[in-house]
Amino acid sequence: MTLVFPKESLDAFPKHLTPGYRSTVKRSPSKPLIVVPHTLSELTGPVYGHDAVQEGDNDLTKQHKGEPLGERIIVHGHVYDEDKRPVPDTLVEIWQANACGRYVHNVDQHPAPLDPNFTGAGRAITDKNGYYRFITVKPGAYPWGNHHNAWRPNHIHFSVFGHSFLSRLVTQMYFPGDYLFPFDPIFNSVTEEKARERMVSKFDLENTIPDWALCFRFDIVLRGREATPQDTDKH
Amino acid sequence: MSEITPSQTVGPFFAYGLAPHSRCEWRPEQGKDVYDWKNTATADLVTADTSGTKIRIEGRVLDGDGMPINDAMLEIWQADAQGRYAHPADNRPRPNTRFMGFGRSATDKNGVFSFDTIKPGSVPGPNGKAQAPHIVFCIFSRGMLRQIYTRLYFPDEAANAGDPILTLVPPDRRGTLIASKETQGEMPVYRFDIRVQGDNETVFFEI
Ligand SMILES: [Fe+3]
Repeated sequence: MTLVFPKESLDAFPKHLTPGYRSTVKRSPSKPLIVVPHTLSELTGPVYGHDAVQEGDNDLTKQHKGEPLGERIIVHGHVYDEDKRPVPDTLVEIWQANACGRYVHNVDQHPAPLDPNFTGAGRAITDKNGYYRFITVKPGAYPWGNHHNAWRPNHIHFSVFGHSFLSRLVTQMYFPGDYLFPFDPIFNSVTEEKARERMVSKFDLENTIPDWALCFRFDIVLRGREATPQDTDKH
Repeated sequence: MSEITPSQTVGPFFAYGLAPHSRCEWRPEQGKDVYDWKNTATADLVTADTSGTKIRIEGRVLDGDGMPINDAMLEIWQADAQGRYAHPADNRPRPNTRFMGFGRSATDKNGVFSFDTIKPGSVPGPNGKAQAPHIVFCIFSRGMLRQIYTRLYFPDEAANAGDPILTLVPPDRRGTLIASKETQGEMPVYRFDIRVQGDNETVFFEI
């Protein structure tokens, strides 16, 4: 199977310069990017084996002596390519704030409590169907300094590899119906509504575990589709 | 119409998720300077079976005001000394079976990163033309809503002149992609600063 990576698919991505998100002003290239063909250097990428994760790395509620505070949740889904084929054996890394909206990081100055039983990092490798699953707590909203009274909607950061260095994706998963969506310049840096919706997980009642945890489904679609036959191939 | 999941910024707080043993500024708990969580990738790519010339790459990531970016994450992807990628799309025999060719480093408080690796060989390019030895860089940071890609080339390579990618870059900007060689002790050190914006802005690729 030969994959191609059409550049048009990237139209859904935010622009590098999105002034509503202030930090992009000095951190976005100002000269046009140079368009280059995809060579073996771009069409290959790191391959992780199952030894990259250990049993339990996907359960963020079991990394300390006690259980973290907050709303226990399951986050699961599939990683697909653009033809909706599963992407198996790919590394999925996540990190998030605790239930109070505080990160375990000394630059985070939000005066909300740290939870001694929660770090907030997890990882998984997708199975042969492209499926991954995490157990965690629902992250809290948190303030940030972008503008007066700026708050980030609840989100979990995701990092995924896929088939090549071109399919590499770092994104954020949001929760359905968040009242902070209209005010968040990072969420709205994706200008097309349908594309924004693809970053929002769906509440999954069917996989919610009674008396234990709510479930959210988050499917991820990476760049890469099957090469279509050449026009010159006349039969 | 494609339905890919959009990119979002890695944000400022990625360290404990993506680079728990890297050297950016954080203190997870009193008395600890790294997170109790293993890395999935490090800044040292060299494995016991790796043949070739060991090198170090050092550089800084700078913003449009020339200020260091202290919360960036860099990933590199490269072939081994024989020019082979550790990936099924490269089906040529591979002598360094444990060399993965992938590295990850956060920047420190001065915007500095470094990688220990081996100098890659030349790799196949479009239309059967070889590419000069190079390393692909992918940069993430707070303030970047999507990653930016660039390439490091080596200063002492005759093959640079005919490289099919480098020749697509306007001649007056090619220099931003060529590392400068500084030797410290026995190991060659290549300096590669990345200027995200402004005067002498590094060339970034749309791929
Ligand atoms: Fe965040």
